[in-house]
Amino acid sequence: MNLLHYTLHLADNALIIGHRNSEWCGHGPILEQDIAISNIALDYIGQARNFYQYAAELTGNGATEDSLAYLRDAIDFKNCLLTEVPNGDWAQTTLRQFFFSAYQYFLYEQLQNSSNQQLAAIAEKALKEVTYHLRWSSEWVIRLGDGTEESKQRTLRAIDELWSFTGELFTPADYEQQAVTEGYGVDLSQIRENWYKKVTAVFEEATLPLPKENVWMQTGGKTGVHTEHLGFILADMQFLQRAYPGAEW
Amino acid sequence: MERDFEEIFQDKIDQEIKIEPKDWMPEKYRQTLIRQISQHAHSEIVGMLPEGNWITRAPNLRRKAILIAKVQDEAGHGLYLYSAAETLGITRDEMYAQLHSGKAKYSSIFNYPTLSWADIGAIGWLVDGAAIMNQVPLCRSSFGPYARAMVRVCKEESFHQRQGFEILLTLGKGTEAQKRMAQDAINRWWWPSIMMFGPTDDESPNTIQSMKWKIKRFTNDELRQKFVDVCAEQIKILGLTIPDKDLKWNESTGHYDFGKINWDEFWQVVQGNGPCNKQRLETRKKAWEEGAWVREAASAYAEKRKQKQVVTAA
Ligand SMILES: [Fe+2]
Ligand SMILES: [Fe+2]
Ligand SMILES: [Fe+2]
Repeated sequence: MNLLHYTLHLADNALIIGHRNSEWCGHGPILEQDIAISNIALDYIGQARNFYQYAAELTGNGATEDSLAYLRDAIDFKNCLLTEVPNGDWAQTTLRQFFFSAYQYFLYEQLQNSSNQQLAAIAEKALKEVTYHLRWSSEWVIRLGDGTEESKQRTLRAIDELWSFTGELFTPADYEQQAVTEGYGVDLSQIRENWYKKVTAVFEEATLPLPKENVWMQTGGKTGVHTEHLGFILADMQFLQRAYPGAEW
Repeated sequence: MERDFEEIFQDKIDQEIKIEPKDWMPEKYRQTLIRQISQHAHSEIVGMLPEGNWITRAPNLRRKAILIAKVQDEAGHGLYLYSAAETLGITRDEMYAQLHSGKAKYSSIFNYPTLSWADIGAIGWLVDGAAIMNQVPLCRSSFGPYARAMVRVCKEESFHQRQGFEILLTLGKGTEAQKRMAQDAINRWWWPSIMMFGPTDDESPNTIQSMKWKIKRFTNDELRQKFVDVCAEQIKILGLTIPDKDLKWNESTGHYDFGKINWDEFWQVVQGNGPCNKQRLETRKKAWEEGAWVREAASAYAEKRKQKQVVTAA
């Protein structure tokens, strides 16, 4: 059960942030960047599928990647709140990506050594993608932080919007703690410091002030208590599967 | 002197030697190509919108991934084509400005709405299918950069067509509701798709010159007929119907006959009265305008970097 929850948590994170990024497709500020963010969305859908396929195996009973993605309700989704925050403007989207990619980078770096071979293999493959996402998003944070007055103001607003969702990344749910005990999960307290160092370095280059570490942080996503946004994401995403139960697509 | 240039130019074309950006070319050739290539590029970009409309609602993860990849491909096509047009002495920003002001056109097909998931299948099968029919001959365009861009584009378009066909095939084998969805999509997309080949030959005054310059290899009606012939066969595999009671095999011509096209509708959509003309253009303009601060920031930052490098180097 723990392993299943842990795997679903990883899958849901990838699916929801991938879904959010895919909302940019066709609407990006620069054609090349439209392609870049769609590509990141595509990487995430790929990661989500890998984790869901494994989760479906663990679930048995005819579960599939699609039954897990399309037939669970918000209460069973275990993604971090950060991944479901609306895209906002380009500053908010790229900052969200930066916070999350930095987290995923250090997470997958550890997870590729997991005692669970399936998780290790997925993480190893995904790490290559995440390495690129991290570089891409770092560059945008720097560019916007140190670009024009307007881009700086927008980035500051984005930090204000997103910072309180970063604490949850490192607040382990029960299944994460169990995963560490059982030897296949990543100890979040160990990657937190690296994450903060990375954020510090990038913010410094972006000439952005570093937010305070110990402020009140939102949590709940990992255990199914979400923002109001997730319900709408799922309503959109699951519409066809819900309206035409059992159909093949 | 001009005369000699013109003769050498036409001579090259007759010998199937590609014209490259630095070669001499008649001004009219340059202008025609700028119009043709930029219109094509705009079509790729605007074409992302009707399909992008279903990305967040794709029915399963596999379809979602395929659809994102497809729409992303279209962005890539836009990119190659804008670059090809730029070799003729116009910038991408100038082309965008022409699109946004309404001066430049894009394919009218994208002014129709995507109302159900089956529309994604119908667009792939019919719209990408018609695009391939139009574009395969363009791989032999006399203008080198355009011809080379089209080779890459056509490879991907044929994937798109197959994926669309496969969506319809799945729906056609599905539940009654899915069959209905698929048939409805074909009913709505069929006529606009065969209009994609443009007006009939006697209404296309530029065709003769374009064929002489080899930036067009077949007439609109020739391509349209080819497309109808192919679709009339493929629809049998789908087990669905093409909404044209006059569609039937003609032994003596060796082609399918088909019904009368509603050219009034065609011109209305071209003139801006299609169901989504306003919305598509507004969406493109909004993306462009809301992206202005991003582009400004990016160039301001690049400028700062350059200054820094100069200082370090000095
Ligand atoms: Fe295309
Ligand atoms: Fe095209
Ligand atoms: Fe296409």
